[in-house]
Amino acid sequence: MITIELPTALGAFVNGKSHVVVDEPCPTVRDALAALGKRAPGALDRVMDERGEVRQHVNVFVNDQNIRFADGLRTPVPDRSTITVLAAISGG
Amino acid sequence: MARAKSTAPRDSGVLLLVGTMKGAFLLWSDEKRKKWRADGPHFRGESVYAMAHDNRAGRHRTFAATRSFYWGGVLRSSDDYGRNWSSPERQNVRFPTDSGLALVQIWQVTPGRPSEPDVLYCGVEPAALFESRDAGESWEPVEGLLNHEQRPQWQPGAGGLCLHTIIPDPQNAKRMLIAISAAGVYRTDDGGKTWKPRNVGVRAEFLPDKYPEFGQCVHKVVHHPARPERLFLQNHWGLYRSENWGDSWTDIANGVPSDFGFAMTMHPKDADTVYIVPLESDQFRCTPEAKLRVYKTSNAGASWEPMTDGLPQSGAYETVLRDALVSDSLDPAGVYFGTRSGKLFGSSDEGESWHEIADGLPPVVCVKTATLT
Repeated sequence: MITIELPTALGAFVNGKSHVVVDEPCPTVRDALAALGKRAPGALDRVMDERGEVRQHVNVFVNDQNIRFADGLRTPVPDRSTITVLAAISGG
Repeated sequence: MARAKSTAPRDSGVLLLVGTMKGAFLLWSDEKRKKWRADGPHFRGESVYAMAHDNRAGRHRTFAATRSFYWGGVLRSSDDYGRNWSSPERQNVRFPTDSGLALVQIWQVTPGRPSEPDVLYCGVEPAALFESRDAGESWEPVEGLLNHEQRPQWQPGAGGLCLHTIIPDPQNAKRMLIAISAAGVYRTDDGGKTWKPRNVGVRAEFLPDKYPEFGQCVHKVVHHPARPERLFLQNHWGLYRSENWGDSWTDIANGVPSDFGFAMTMHPKDADTVYIVPLESDQFRCTPEAKLRVYKTSNAGASWEPMTDGLPQSGAYETVLRDALVSDSLDPAGVYFGTRSGKLFGSSDEGESWHEIADGLPPVVCVKTATLT
């Protein structure tokens, strides 16, 4: 089981909740985001683009580790992990 | 500028749609166009590079292409002048997965021909054309352009590789012209199956070959529906006219302080009259001599004259972007433009005199009009 925490901006796509619990095995971040997409395709559209890449100004963490500095979408997701999706501090 | 909670358009007048880097504003005026009521910002914090109003087939549908810096872009619509906007769950303008492309933003929304009242087009970055046949509910890419053999050689301008101009031929359902920065003008004569570059005579100052088949940085193309074969083009250096649907182009930079600029709009009733806002060079990109001047030709580019009454003529280092100059369809015609410094100007006498409609807006990137009847 893992938990995917989402920012308030994406709450509209998960019935106003702040997180999604995924029961099936998700060995990698790619698997976990695919599981999110099955439950909330609108949320996944905001996190990943049509190519299946995490958007430039979105950060995804496995527990406290930013996947950009790990193995990207191949970053392992241990059972009982929390994946956190956040907007980057960039902006204009 | 007053910012009412809701601007409820009456049954006549003009609706101004103003897209900015930080949201959209809707403004309404009666036919005098002297006093404006404003509503906004809609989509606070999101950029809105494209807006349109579609009043065909009994609709009163306003479109806004919104882009979050973080979460991507969608095309929203409103059937009640912005009181309520659609909020698509899925990204409704999207590239096929196997294209290897991802939407950056929508640059243009264009209603189709009057004979096809449910057809609309979107121009996007990276350069592609999307078509809707259900009044904007769903969108599909135009495959002939998506898979164009020259695509690998298209290069982006400073604003990105954007398809920003869409001109359907009102008399021929198979013909359409589009423009891409920096790939140039392309035209289809077979309903979008094939597209050929139409840039003969348009120079590319930034390439070793100044007159290539394609690769020009075209900033805007306009035409008048009553004379569709005649086109006017504002280039990245260069002003041009074509009398043959873009088969060839003639330089018409006669008497302008600079032939560089972005914005260009057509008079609603006169196929000889066009408005532009020249800018000083691609390095500076501000109004020459710090004077904010709209230039108008009334003879199809044989000469241009500055329209300055009511516009600042000193200290005005302004920039007007490619979709931020527009005319309405009233008589006399109204002309409007927004600046990157957040000013919005209007004229209700065809550009003879101007007044400031708004100041302090976020940077203005598009201005569109709809005439309410």
